[in-house]
Amino acid sequence: MNPQQVLAQFQATGVETCFHDRHLNPQILSGIDGRNWRLKDYEARGGYQALRKILGVDGGEGMTPDQVIATVKESALRGRGGAGFPTGLKWSFMPRQFPGQKYLVCNSDEGEPGTCKDRDILQFNPHIVIEGMIIAAYAMGITAGYNYIHGEIFQTYERFEEALREARAAGLLGDRILGSALNFQLHAAHGFGAYICGEETALLESLEGKKGQPRFKPPFPASFGLYGKPTTVNNTETFAAVPWIIRNGAQAYLQCGKPNNGGTKIYSVSGDVERPGNYEIPMGTPFSVLLDLAGGVRIGRKLKAVIPGGSSAPVLPASIMMDCTMDYDSIAKAGSMLGSGAVIVMDDSRCMVKSLQRLSYFYMHESCGQCTPCREGTGWLSRVVDRIENGQGRQSDMDLLDNVAENIQGRTICALGDAAAMPVRAMIKHFRPEFEYHVAHKTCMVPAYV
Amino acid sequence: MISEESRARFEQEVAKYPADQRQSAVMACLAIAQQEHGYVSAESERDIAEFLGMAPMAVHEVTTFYNMYNQQPVGKYKLNVCTNLPCQLRDGGKALHHLEKKLGIAMGEATPDGLFTLQQCECLGACADSPVLLVNDRTMCSFMSNEKLDQLVDGLRAAEGKV
Repeated sequence: MNPQQVLAQFQATGVETCFHDRHLNPQILSGIDGRNWRLKDYEARGGYQALRKILGVDGGEGMTPDQVIATVKESALRGRGGAGFPTGLKWSFMPRQFPGQKYLVCNSDEGEPGTCKDRDILQFNPHIVIEGMIIAAYAMGITAGYNYIHGEIFQTYERFEEALREARAAGLLGDRILGSALNFQLHAAHGFGAYICGEETALLESLEGKKGQPRFKPPFPASFGLYGKPTTVNNTETFAAVPWIIRNGAQAYLQCGKPNNGGTKIYSVSGDVERPGNYEIPMGTPFSVLLDLAGGVRIGRKLKAVIPGGSSAPVLPASIMMDCTMDYDSIAKAGSMLGSGAVIVMDDSRCMVKSLQRLSYFYMHESCGQCTPCREGTGWLSRVVDRIENGQGRQSDMDLLDNVAENIQGRTICALGDAAAMPVRAMIKHFRPEFEYHVAHKTCMVPAYV
Repeated sequence: MISEESRARFEQEVAKYPADQRQSAVMACLAIAQQEHGYVSAESERDIAEFLGMAPMAVHEVTTFYNMYNQQPVGKYKLNVCTNLPCQLRDGGKALHHLEKKLGIAMGEATPDGLFTLQQCECLGACADSPVLLVNDRTMCSFMSNEKLDQLVDGLRAAEGKV
């Protein structure tokens, strides 16, 4: 075998994580099997019908840009990247009569630990993102866009490039799309290993060919974005949700979820479950149902804690989590965030100090260094958690951690500082006795971290 | 010197951006240079700076900011193993230790024959596939049990005639 053949043996097929019958009413991951990602397959699933509908190219009335935005607003689609901002409202912020170039950017820089949904969407259903972006471009009067893809999933970037070539050849991208007056050029760009570029203004800096350090907001991208021009940035899954909404109507989407939390959401379930993977389920589904879909907690173990929205979200103990439904409002009410929908499950063999040690190291490693509270504070957090884990902690360290975290939170240009601080504070809030035990006994309360 | 093949690929990347924004292609150009030479040398940075009309230091700023650019030569196969929390919960750390033993080196080091560099890395965005590793920035290997890790290393050694 040559080296490529050797490596090819170990490539994910998506069978375990994505092609299973344990989605509930899927809209984005519906009907895909890993082989049917091409344009003709997507069209056979009803793809690009939403685009045809708004353009009125099949003899229909078409929809005006205002009608498209109103529909997305009514659907209660909220940003799937983490912040949960209403998508239609964001689209309405774009200046309509701006005389120069405006840009549309898809944030596929999926690096929030726990999250691997955008990879599967782009790898196995790339055209749904392209269609969503064309519809968004039409709604906001934008003629150029970029999809910025996490550098580590390079094969997915290449897959998306191939899908773009198909779309261009079919007249779905470029000038006079499907014979209408709509022009939209779309390109793919890749990152190369920087968590911070998932922050939208850092991403824009990176797209401009610079180091990815976030910009101060305001001005927001809608007025000063890529190359200083009005720009809308949405997450991959957000764009992927749009074609279904246009085809089936805002009310159908809203009814699929729950009020203020429309539609389905893809949850990446990782950690101590029997079947880690991506699960697309309606918003508002009980957490216990999602846990069952993922095969439940590892056999022989009990649920201890869950980080419900990616590593930046505050951890929740099992007792609180089991009462939650999976939607923005329920998780927020419980004191955490739905974030990117990355559900990290931890069972009763897990030491919270050791878990936090790895997360704190990550935020120290990925702090861009621009703001002092984050640059210095993430180092403090990491070193103090480190010494507790290594049996050199002091009983005052928990208050010290809380104090450092408090002094980072809200004092930085972007949310990375908050993302580093929140897990620390939540771990201490919910699992303080474990930290105290570590300090007192110089060893772990849960010795078998297996 | 930029090879003719790389130059053609650079041109494709530059064409994605407005004519006055050639700098936007710097990330892609550096990745292409790394693919060709195994790392980003000061010479590559100067060539790319000239090609894109940037200051060499502005290119260097990009090289040093992003984790995946190799600022020094590395082994022929760079293995980046994710050990972030979701992977740590599913044997990511064990995979890294297994490779350390198998290759006889510590993370961050290269094997004396120049075949492998082993690194710990941050989230690859493939959390459900853990243990997971990235080979030479471009090829993701998923569900890497110790047995599969052995197959990977032995297979690459055999392919390179170094058994």
